[in-house]
Amino acid sequence: MHLYNLTLQPPTAITHAVVGNFSGARQQEIIVSHGTRLELLRPDVQAGGKFTTIVSTDVFGSIRSLASFRLTGSTKDYAVVASDSGRIIILDYDPKSSSFIKLHQETYGKSGARRIVPGQFLATDPKGRSVMVAAMEKAKLVYILNRDAAANLTISSPLEAHKNTAIIHHIVGLDVGFENPLFAALEVDYSEADQDATGEALKNTEKMLTYYELDLGLNHVVRKWSEPIDSRANLLVQVPGGQLASSERFDGPSGVLVCCENHIIYRHMDAPAHRVPIPRRNHPLEDPNRGVLIVAAVMHKMKGAFFFLLQSEDGDLFKVTIEHEDEEVKDVRIKYFDTVPVASSLCILKSGFLFVASEFGNHYMYRFQKLGDDDDEPEFNSASFSGFGMANPKMPLPHAYFRTRPLDNLMLSDETESLDPVIDSKVLNLLPNSDSPQIFAACGRGARSTLRTLRHGLEVEESVSSELPGIPNAVWTTKKREDDAYDSYIILSFINGTLVLSIGENIEEVQDTGFLSSAPTLAVQQIGSDGLLQVHPGGIRHVLADKRVNEWRAPGGKTIVCATTNKRQVVVALSSAELVYFELDLDGQLNEYQDLKAMGSTVLALSVGEVPEGRQRTPYLAVGCEDQTVRIISLDPDTTMETISLQALTAPPSAICIAEMLDASINKAQPTMFVNIGLQNGVLLRTVLDPINGQLTDTRTRFLGTRPIRLVRVMVQRNPAILALSSRSWLNYTYQNMMHFTPLIFENLDYAWSFSAELCQEGLIGIAGSVLRIFQVPNLGMKLKQDSIPLSHTPRKFITHPENNYFYLIEGDHRVRGKVASEMRLRELRSNGIEVDEEVVSLPPDAFGYPKAPAGTWASSIRIVDPVEAKTVLEIPLDGNEAAFSIAIVPFSAQNGELHLVVGTAADTTLTPKSCSSGFLRAYKFTDDGAGLEFLHKTETDDVPLALMAFQGRLVAGVGKALRIYDIGKKKLLRKVENKNFPSTIVTLNTQGSRILVGDMQESVFFVAYKPPENRLLIFADDTQPRWTTAVTMLDYNTVAGGDRFGNVFVNRLDSKISEQVDEDPTGAGILHEKGLFMGAPHKTKMLAHFHVGDIITSIHKVSLVAGAREVLLYTCLHGTIGILVPFTSKEDVDFISTLEQHMRTEQGSLVGRDHLSWRGYYTPVKAVVDGDLCETFARLVASKQSNIAGELDRTVGEVLKKLEQLRVTTSGF
Amino acid sequence: MSSELRYTANTQLENLHARYTGTGHADLSKHDWITHQHRDTLASIVGHPTLTSYLAIADGESIGRVRFEMAERMLQPCGPPPKVAN
Repeated sequence: MHLYNLTLQPPTAITHAVVGNFSGARQQEIIVSHGTRLELLRPDVQAGGKFTTIVSTDVFGSIRSLASFRLTGSTKDYAVVASDSGRIIILDYDPKSSSFIKLHQETYGKSGARRIVPGQFLATDPKGRSVMVAAMEKAKLVYILNRDAAANLTISSPLEAHKNTAIIHHIVGLDVGFENPLFAALEVDYSEADQDATGEALKNTEKMLTYYELDLGLNHVVRKWSEPIDSRANLLVQVPGGQLASSERFDGPSGVLVCCENHIIYRHMDAPAHRVPIPRRNHPLEDPNRGVLIVAAVMHKMKGAFFFLLQSEDGDLFKVTIEHEDEEVKDVRIKYFDTVPVASSLCILKSGFLFVASEFGNHYMYRFQKLGDDDDEPEFNSASFSGFGMANPKMPLPHAYFRTRPLDNLMLSDETESLDPVIDSKVLNLLPNSDSPQIFAACGRGARSTLRTLRHGLEVEESVSSELPGIPNAVWTTKKREDDAYDSYIILSFINGTLVLSIGENIEEVQDTGFLSSAPTLAVQQIGSDGLLQVHPGGIRHVLADKRVNEWRAPGGKTIVCATTNKRQVVVALSSAELVYFELDLDGQLNEYQDLKAMGSTVLALSVGEVPEGRQRTPYLAVGCEDQTVRIISLDPDTTMETISLQALTAPPSAICIAEMLDASINKAQPTMFVNIGLQNGVLLRTVLDPINGQLTDTRTRFLGTRPIRLVRVMVQRNPAILALSSRSWLNYTYQNMMHFTPLIFENLDYAWSFSAELCQEGLIGIAGSVLRIFQVPNLGMKLKQDSIPLSHTPRKFITHPENNYFYLIEGDHRVRGKVASEMRLRELRSNGIEVDEEVVSLPPDAFGYPKAPAGTWASSIRIVDPVEAKTVLEIPLDGNEAAFSIAIVPFSAQNGELHLVVGTAADTTLTPKSCSSGFLRAYKFTDDGAGLEFLHKTETDDVPLALMAFQGRLVAGVGKALRIYDIGKKKLLRKVENKNFPSTIVTLNTQGSRILVGDMQESVFFVAYKPPENRLLIFADDTQPRWTTAVTMLDYNTVAGGDRFGNVFVNRLDSKISEQVDEDPTGAGILHEKGLFMGAPHKTKMLAHFHVGDIITSIHKVSLVAGAREVLLYTCLHGTIGILVPFTSKEDVDFISTLEQHMRTEQGSLVGRDHLSWRGYYTPVKAVVDGDLCETFARLVASKQSNIAGELDRTVGEVLKKLEQLRVTTSGF
Repeated sequence: MSSELRYTANTQLENLHARYTGTGHADLSKHDWITHQHRDTLASIVGHPTLTSYLAIADGESIGRVRFEMAERMLQPCGPPPKVAN
């Protein structure tokens, strides 16, 4: 088996975000890291901060830290990336090639996210003179950044600032103006605690705030200052400092804000410290003993002032200001600002936006309404405490409280969808009128969880929909003059007439346009500078600006059957299979070319391209005939109407469209001329027309639908695009210089055209039956449309019902009190006479989260969802501090195969140490055709049941280390058989026949045989590798595919001989007495394929994504990745693609300097899997490299590209 | 193990141990070994964004806190060293 890995949806989680002027223009941009991808986003200030993706690249490595810096006096920012490559990378965004350029790559250590190899933390000097990169322990390296004589960025060799046996919590660059660069680090030295058996030294171990000075004169780093700080300090924030050269005035006091649990401390060398408490939520259910931690921070400098926004782990933002006189701090103030989702990074843009890169779920852009300066929010300041709050630094300050409230200072302006985290998924085709399956993904965390339906296609925004008097067969729009900004007329052609509508404040019918209304229309064109042209079966009407009409009539007895036009040329085909060519002369007169061109076969379709800028005409005409050919005919004055080339087709053509579009994989500099041929059987051919000799090359085919194809050239976001209409509508467009072909999620259109009016500048107009629709395609590049159903807690698992379309979903949150428990607690408080702030209690949890409860508290429920109607049918909250962990639908044979829902729950579950007071198996009966559940009974278990499955009319459950089979009884489930020999915890179950595949939390997949005669569950095979299994599916009876917690996918297979041997043993006595191998089962599975995806696989399915196509393995990952593994069908393909991959490895190095082979073989060497994402970057290589590689492979560049496209399209449809 | 260690034998062993924190030696105690293991593991969890997310979802905490608690645990992940009898 050989697999091809393709990412359909790259990860959407953002782990880091930095802001800067990366393109050197005046506009600020944001670089975000998605863990394994880098993306440059440009917010559109006018459009409310909506992002446009400028570049997005896979870096084939794990990004651990990201920072930006700017050299003094420069206007351009650079990005520094620290990853698991053991190298520091400086990236520059090059706007010309629209890509990241690796300016420097300095190796300092081994690859991998190791304890003492730097890369975890990055800190830059605010003046861009140096950068520090630190490990989790000991190692800190400082690089000096400078310019050489040619103003190129230079980087020095590293200077060490190591401290042995010190754990590093955070580092930051201090703002010291132009004095020697200073870095601050939070460190804890463990050497004494490691030696002392009494534990006394551990208690005395202090966390130190240490300053490291880079002496630029001496070129070395010294420890300048080290002071103990609060032992629960976790984050450092830079405080502005340094003097302005011009004005002697200090920007700020310099130093750092040390964020600790419950406190913020201002520290600087030789200056008094200030401490303020972090205000706490005044929520009656809040645990007063729980500390408040700052998890994200951002500092913003404005003219002459600065402030900080610090975010607590509840999502509350606090504004911190520092009052200072020159370098002396007078007061540190903190107040509540607003509540937004918990962020992994916060970015403030100068244009007044706050970007919140959420740690889970969608990302948000907020607009600042005000800065919280003059409100009555309580403010807490250090000056009000004795010794600025540092009189007794070991003692906590008295608690400060605030009231949460809806957004006041910020206003939500834009939202970016993110799947992160995907916890479970199913791939099914449930929606009506859909020919490809949808992915249903249970996403999100806490109250912001959702169940999302993902459909392949572009989202369409409809602005107008109106009923017409009849069913038109075509629609056009046209301007009156060449230089008009917007369209003036809509022309609708009916079977026996034409209707002209004018676009103004209202859309209304007009008569005096010069168009013939008594016949259907074949083509409409704004021609010359101010003429209009109508082609109808009887002839051509050229309407001049003064409404005079020049008419050309078709020769007697003949009619026009089809026509094609552009601004200067008109070609019509007559019913006698002859072509007539017209061209506009310099006086604006349409001149007929004398000779008719006889085609010999009825013409079905015609197309000419647009006239290239500054030219008289386009030289090529494409003609599709009934004899299943397409001919390219010259329109050049010297060779007019001569046939240049011919292409045979497999079916008669129904439409042809020549369009010039940019596709960087073919030509990076200028648009390529494509001839798109739609056939009557629904197949689309796309060929490249050579502009020099008119030959057709590089034909690619794609099946679009069951109806004959119609093709329309349209404009989408100012670029030419093609709408292909069949039983589904598709858009072929250029996005980020690459060609894409995506279906529209919209009603089937019969015909369509571009539409541009003042209110809808970049729209499309289409007809579907008798309805006229005006619509837009807002998000190009977003290939999966998401629709979500809100959930109340983190989803854990969901299953489908075999007979109805409902989903049964379990959800649960740790450290959250259930609804019933919270209400009880509130009632208790009220009855004790404690005043409960009703307003705070009733705030929506999706914005403010649930109040945190101690470990071991759970809120959980069972939910029935109707995915087609996108709504919750029923929600059953669990009581008694129970949390649901597994779910199964079982047809119990003891009840005549009646379906039952079994939910595995556990009460008072804690994760460290793993324990629960009792596990339960809850049995439910379905009522109301599955829309309701009737509770039957619950059965106690000794551990948490993490996996349940139906098995031969009974239930098989993984309860802790034990695998058990239960049957249903009147009052309980009855345990029938058990095997307790699993090493850690059973997390997944799969079955075929009487074989059960058991996924163990730490020890990979076990093959278990059930032997009914002896009622035995016997482990007969396991894996040679320990694997922390997360998701497993069976490929066939002997083959298993799965994912593990470290981001690998694997395929294991059992020898078929052993399989047969085990199946033939009736009682299992043979297996029982067989000797174990390597302290495990007697047989071992063999690894067939292995690949490191870089994201934790949470579900894996064997599905077919395109109707009639072969099955692929689709996986979803925690950070939102959706990918497929495609089995190769021939040895030639394997050889070809693996050789291409090898070439790409050498040609296209990773952007973060990670060796590709070692990245894909992070834990186990990559085996029998080709990285399709790497291969597809072939399209972005420069032409010379492309042809080199293609030459090595004995193919042309086109053939390589075609093969890559074919692999993607035929298996995924994407 | 690095190649320098192989060729220069014991002469610089101490130096190399100091440089490569976590490298074992013949007299390593069980506690030292397990402590190193835990510190390596904790550092690796903090270093992999997907793992911190995974733990944060399981535990109902924020990623920031998971990372912080992991780093805190590196100080003494396996309790104090056993008492040495003189």
